[in-house]
Formats: sequence, C-alpha cells, structure tokens
Amino acid sequence: MPAPIRLRELIRTIRTARTQAEEREMIQKECAAIRSSFREEDNTYRCRNVAKLLYMHMLGYPAHFGQLECLKLIASQKFTDKRIGYLGAMLLLDERQDVHLLMTNCIKNDLNHSTQYVQGLALCTLGCMGSSEMCRDLAGEVEKLLKTSNSYLRKKAALCAVHVIRKVPELMEMFLPATKNLLSEKNHGVLHTSVVLLTEMCERSPDMLLHFRKLVPQLVRILKNLIMSGYSPEHDVSGISDPFLQVRILRLLRILGRSDDDSSEAMNDILAQVATNTETSKNVGNAILYETVLTIMDIKSESGLRVLAINILGRFLLNNDKNIRYVALTSLLKTVQTDHNAVQRHRSTIVDCLKDLDVSIKRRAMELSFALVNGNNIRGMMKELLYFLDSCDPEFKADCASGVFLAAEKYAPSKRWHIDTIMRVLTTAGSYVRDDSVPNLIQLITNSVEMHAYTVQRLYKALLDDISQQPLVQVSSWCIGEYGDLLVSGQCEEEEPIQVTEDEVLDVLEGLLVSNLSTPVTRGYSLTAIMKLSTRFSSVNRIKKVVSIYGSSIDVELQQRAVEYNALFKKYDHMRSALLERMPIMEKTASNGPTEIVQTNGETEPSVPDTKLPPLITQPANQANDLLDLLGGNDVVPVIQTTLPTKPASAGGELLDLLGDLSLSAIPPMTAYNKNGLKIEFTFERANPNPNIAVITIHATNTTEADMTEFVFQAAVPKTFQLQLLSPSSNIVPALNQGSVTQVIRVLNPQKQQLRMRVKLTYTHKGSPVQDLAEVNNFPPQSWQ
Amino acid sequence: MMHFLLLFSRQGKLRLQKWFTPVPEREKKKIVRDMTTMVLGRKPRSCNFLHWKDLKIVYKKYASLYFCCGLDAEENELLALEVLHRYVELLDKYFGNVCELDIIFNFEKAYFILDEFLLGGEVQETSKQVLSRSIEASDMLQETMEEYMSKPAF
Repeated sequence: MPAPIRLRELIRTIRTARTQAEEREMIQKECAAIRSSFREEDNTYRCRNVAKLLYMHMLGYPAHFGQLECLKLIASQKFTDKRIGYLGAMLLLDERQDVHLLMTNCIKNDLNHSTQYVQGLALCTLGCMGSSEMCRDLAGEVEKLLKTSNSYLRKKAALCAVHVIRKVPELMEMFLPATKNLLSEKNHGVLHTSVVLLTEMCERSPDMLLHFRKLVPQLVRILKNLIMSGYSPEHDVSGISDPFLQVRILRLLRILGRSDDDSSEAMNDILAQVATNTETSKNVGNAILYETVLTIMDIKSESGLRVLAINILGRFLLNNDKNIRYVALTSLLKTVQTDHNAVQRHRSTIVDCLKDLDVSIKRRAMELSFALVNGNNIRGMMKELLYFLDSCDPEFKADCASGVFLAAEKYAPSKRWHIDTIMRVLTTAGSYVRDDSVPNLIQLITNSVEMHAYTVQRLYKALLDDISQQPLVQVSSWCIGEYGDLLVSGQCEEEEPIQVTEDEVLDVLEGLLVSNLSTPVTRGYSLTAIMKLSTRFSSVNRIKKVVSIYGSSIDVELQQRAVEYNALFKKYDHMRSALLERMPIMEKTASNGPTEIVQTNGETEPSVPDTKLPPLITQPANQANDLLDLLGGNDVVPVIQTTLPTKPASAGGELLDLLGDLSLSAIPPMTAYNKNGLKIEFTFERANPNPNIAVITIHATNTTEADMTEFVFQAAVPKTFQLQLLSPSSNIVPALNQGSVTQVIRVLNPQKQQLRMRVKLTYTHKGSPVQDLAEVNNFPPQSWQ
Repeated sequence: MMHFLLLFSRQGKLRLQKWFTPVPEREKKKIVRDMTTMVLGRKPRSCNFLHWKDLKIVYKKYASLYFCCGLDAEENELLALEVLHRYVELLDKYFGNVCELDIIFNFEKAYFILDEFLLGGEVQETSKQVLSRSIEASDMLQETMEEYMSKPAF
C-alpha cells in the first residue's frame, strides 16, 4: 500500500476544490484511506493520518473514528506522536466521550516522564479538558508538580490545579501547603499562574480568603517592583513591565481588600501610585488603569481615592478610543449606585455619548443616563433622552420608551409635563412601547383629573396626524371615548381649545374601525369609545348605526361587543348612561404591576350633567335630573348606582374584608339618616395608599316590622369630588334590625374640601314604594381633612 | 477565564478553535456560527467588545483573520485585547511575518504555540522569549526523533 499522502499535500489538494461537493468527495476518499490505514494498525503513519483527520475536523467533517487512534498516539514513545495525540485528544475527546477516561493512565505516566516537554503536554491536556474523575485521580500528581523547582512545570501545574479546583472544589484543601512559597518565585510565569491559583482559591472559599489576606503586603511589594523597576526586555509591553501580571495582582488585591479595612488601607498607596503613574497613551496602560479603578471602587478605599478613580473614568469617556469609552460607561454603570454624586459630575459627557455612532456605546450611555436621572435634572435629561428616542435605532426604542415612562413617573415636575412627555413618546416611538404601557398610561391620565381636557385634545390632534402607531391609537381612542364631551365643548385651559364637532370626532373613530392599520385590539378600543360617546354626544342615531353594522363583523370580539352594545340600546337603554359613565379613580398597587381597578358589576360614577341628554334615556337619567334640579344645578354631581344585584353579598363582602385590612384611622362613625324606621350609618376608613380617598361604608338597618325591599341607595357629591358606589350587600333591609344592608362608597377628595353629600333612598315598604331625599352634612372633619 | 478562542477568515472559514470548557459538538458549531455572524456583521470602526449570553466577546481583526474570544463577565476586556495581540506576536515571531496561509498549512503548530501561551483559559507565560525558547526546544525534540527515524514529520 502506498504511503498515505502528507498533511500539507492534503491541505493543498482540498483547497483546490471549487465546489462544496468536490471538497466532500475528496474528504470522503481520504477518510476511507485513513480508515483502512487505522484498521491495519499502521504505527508509522498513524501520526500523519490523525493530523489529516484533525484538519478535516476543523472543516466541519466528522472525525470520531480517530478518537481511539489519538489514545494510541499518546501511548507511543515518540514525541511527535504524543504531540499530535494530545492535540487530537483536546480536539476530539472531551469529557462527554466514552473513551475519555482511557486517557487517565497515559496522562499519569506522562506526568512523571523524564522529559519536561512531555510532562508539559500531559499537564496542558489535563488542565484544559480533564473530567472530574480524571482530576480526582490525578490531583496528587499535580500537587507534586506544584512543588517542583522547575519553573516550566510549576507554572503549568498551577493552572492545572486551578482547573482541578474548578472541576472538583473539594480538592482545594490539598493544594494549600504547596502555595506556601509560590509568591517568592522570581519567574514571572510562575508568579502569574500562582496569582491566578490564589485568586481562584480565595473566590471559592471564605476561609482561604482569610488565610491569604496576610499576603497583601507581599503582593503590594511585587506590584511596586514591577512599576518601579527599569526596562525589562523580557516582559516589556510598550514601556510597561508585565501588564498581565500587574492586572492579575490588582484583581487579587481587589478580592482580598473587599470588606476589610486593614487590607484596603495597606493597598491605598500602591493603588494611588498605579493610578497616577501609568502611561495612558496605549491600550495596555489603560487596561491596567481600568483594573485599578475597578479595585479602588470595590475595596474600602478612602474617598480621595474613589474620586480619583471616577475622574479616571471621566477621562476615559473623553478618550478617542471607542473601547475605552465603552469600558468607562460599563464601569460607571456599576458605580452609579454607590457614588452617585461623583458620577453626576460627568453627566454631560455621558449624555454626549448618546450621540456616539457605536451601538454598544449608545446602549451603555442610555442605561447610565437613566440611572442618573433625578428630581433636579429631570427636565434637561428628558430633553436629551427624548431626542435620543427620536433618532435611535429601533432596537433601542422599546427600552428607551420604558425608561422614559419610569423616570417620568418618578420625577415628573408637573402633571402637564408628565402628560406632554408621554405624548411625545407615543408620537415618536408609539409602535415600540411595551404592551403594558397602554393600561398604565390610561390609569395615569384618569387620575390627572384637571388635565383631562388638555389630554384628550392633544391625543385627538395626534390621531389626526397618524393612526399607525397602535399604543397611541389605543390610548387616544380610550380618552376620546371617556372625555369626548370635553373635547367638543372646547373647555381646554392649558392651551388654545380646538373647535371640533361631534361628527368629526365620530369620523375619526369610525376611521380607526375601518383602517387596515388598526389591529383587532385597536378596533375593540374604538368601538367601545364610540359606544361611550352615546351618552356624551347627541348624535346617538349615528352611533347606533355604527354599532349595529359591527353586529355582523367577522371579528368575533368586535361582533360580540357590537351585539351587546346593540342590546344596550334596545332592551337595556335605561341602564346605558349608568353603564357608560366616567371611569372611577383607579388605584395602583405597584408602579409596574397591573392596575387594580376596584369596580362593581357595572360602572358607577358621576356623569357630567348633560343637558343635551336625548329624551330616549328613561328612568335613571330622569332621576339624575331630579337630583340635579333639587340641588339647583349647583355644581353637584349625581351618582347613579346600577341595579344589578347579581353578585350581592360576595363582592361587597370581599371588598369589605380587603378594606378591613387597610390601615384604619380612627374616624368616628356617624348617623347619616334616620327616618321612618330606616337608619343609615356611615363608618370611615382611609384608602390605602391614596390618602385623598375616603372609604365610607353605609349600614342600613330597619326597625319596622316589615322588610324594606328593592332598597336602592344613591348619593351625589359636589363637583370637586369624585364618588364611586360599589355593589350593595343586598336589596332587602330586614325588619326589626335582623340584619343590615351594607354598601361601600369611595370618595376622592383631592382638594380636601368639606365633604357634603345628597342621598336619595328608594324602597318598597309594606307594598308601597317609598322615596326620600336627604342632605348629609355632619361628616366628621377627619373624614375629609 | 477564557471560554473559547476562535480564528476565522473574512468569509467565515474557521482556521483554529480552542475550547476551554466541555461543549457538545453541535453546540460548538452553533457558537462558531453565532460568533462569525456577529463579528463579521460589525461595522468597521465599532468597538471590539460585544455581549453574548453571559459572556463578554472580544475580537480583533489582523489582516484577513478575525481573532475572537469569549470571556467570563468579570474579565478585563482591555487586557483581553492585549492577550490576543500577544498571541499574534508569538505567531509572527515563529513564522516570520505570519499570514493566514501559514496558519492554514501549519495549524498544528499554531495550536502548539497557543498551548504554551494559554492553559485552562488563563495565561501561563508572560515572557515572549521564554515561550519562544520552549517551542523551539519542543520542535527540536520532534525533529531529532524524526531524523533518527529518517522520515519527514508529516
């Protein structure tokens, strides 16, 4: 059989292949030849064949049939064979392979070989890919070699020990004695690997850390010698002596000095020296400075040193080299929590980095900018960040938008500014905001009562410009549905009110329904908004028509909504205005959590007295008008409660229990009404967490001998208040005080005005309907102060 | 520690792969693909650092070859650049004005040099001269045996 072709020959041949298929053919042919050669147990050319196999493996072809051959090479006496054999083992025989363990014996023998380069091969292989079992078996040999005076072997043994410890941490103890005089070595290779070994041990074991703390003075001395010594040709890199060793020592010092005052003090001087004397013109000097800064920030250094470190980072930020700017931003991000003020001094430089062309730098700068926002700089920072949001790549927009919302929520100087900022984000990056921002924003808008007119006006104008950004469209349609009446009445105080008619508004909303740009969710929003406007606008017929069209929509969600709204027009028209009234104040449990909306089965809220209410609305609206008339149209807002007691006791009861857990301030209860045997008592609690909300529970009891059935409690409050009535526990007040009807009222009183209330009671007693109106003025001062 | 070191060409052809942690074969291929896509997709004057999963990726282009390594999150990236540079210097010294073809045709030697420089993902020797001498001595050992056997090496 002719000699197998040489490695370089094969490489040359394969490179001439013009197509993948041609290459594959050559490889297959050669593999076949190699396989037969292996079968023949050819010792002479085994090395050559395995080398060729390794080349083909690098090209991506399978080479597993060479694994055993690598073992045979390792076992050979020839150095060339061993060299290729170990290389093959490292490439093909990781610990997942079955034959991996078979190497153990060979490695053990070679660790004791007479030639140091063979020992070196064994140490290298063990240290790169030894499995846990192998490490356990051979740890003793490694430990022996760690104590040798041969620096070539000692340095390799040290790193091999590091690998053993990583694989089998329990074996750490056995290396401890050998570390005794590692640092007294002059040889830099040994010094470097010893520092790595010590670092590994200290990171893994607090006991080791304590034990090695006493090495701090020695490490400081070594570092000092490196800096002070003159030019050393062996270790010089651009004028700096052995930067690799310097950095590793600085890292070990960091670990030893962390949370220990004495050690930190012992290294103060040398850190200051390195920080001030290192040459910064080349990357290598900056690498050392970088490590020094990290160490200074992590140990218990004195404040002067910390300021020095942050200033170094500040200088890094101005460096032309992108890598250095990047590294500075990452480090500042780590220290911004602990040294906030010092980092703030570099804020303008950091903000400039937002305009950098490099993507990695922009991202770091953005994260750092958000970390630096506080109450003092919010306006300026937000301007920069919004500008960044305008111009940045799409990959940043979602994170930036979320960051802006969070910062605005925490530090907004005024409600108007907050709403303007949100508008800006929605209009510039509207398609990138996260899904949960829509409900969060709606909640925010609802609670900014005085800004409703301004908000709806701005959102309406934004819709006229652009209906492609879904979150913006959703928030806008929701607001128009809620506050459309403010929009057409031109009530805006904050800016020039726009003139818009009901038809124009409905045009816009209907446009959303038919547009291809709208998602199904958006269509749902706009249909509901249109429906809500039926109690706020006069063009009810138009709305009815739209709603009935969508009763046959293909979209099931839309169809269902339309059918239900249709039903509302037809059979439940008397409930419509009650159902579609203003939303109550929504309380947030946590800034990122879902908004907790305390609601009843329907929505009960004050509706703005609307003299344009068409005559089609029957009973409840008339009742509302009655209350209005009685109150002399005097800025009082009626509350109408839904007559849906389908979930009586449970809903009310649970709510009461919840509220019972909230912090009680001891406000005395009061009797609000007491006539004809019906007594209504109010008890008070403060709502958690909003102190402006008073929670009143009414208790209605009946001293007569007959039950009061179909009991309905209604209340109205002055305009500066907002009121919400929850479901009553039942509609029957049992006779002779056998039980009571309870119901919860929540009153938002942001201006802390004196609480007054008009109540209307209706019930059936002994077969005849009873109705009464009363004013409640005797609220205790604590309930509204 | 360094988790892996890859050398690949502008066309994405792998010239050297060194793994310091046990990784399944399929995973290795995926990592190589990810690295080449990410690094080759970088704009020319970008910074040399990337994030990939929980590793820092440091890469540098030397002529037609990309040197790319994956590091633990606490490693010093600027120093990693120096490590890559040192490796290139060692190759340059050994081959004399090294170019990609040298590494293609003598890949096993590139590995031998790397194995004298790094062990278990850490630097084992910081002196260029000491390292070169070790390689020379090992080569001598090899050639001596080959001469004795009167057969050329490969």
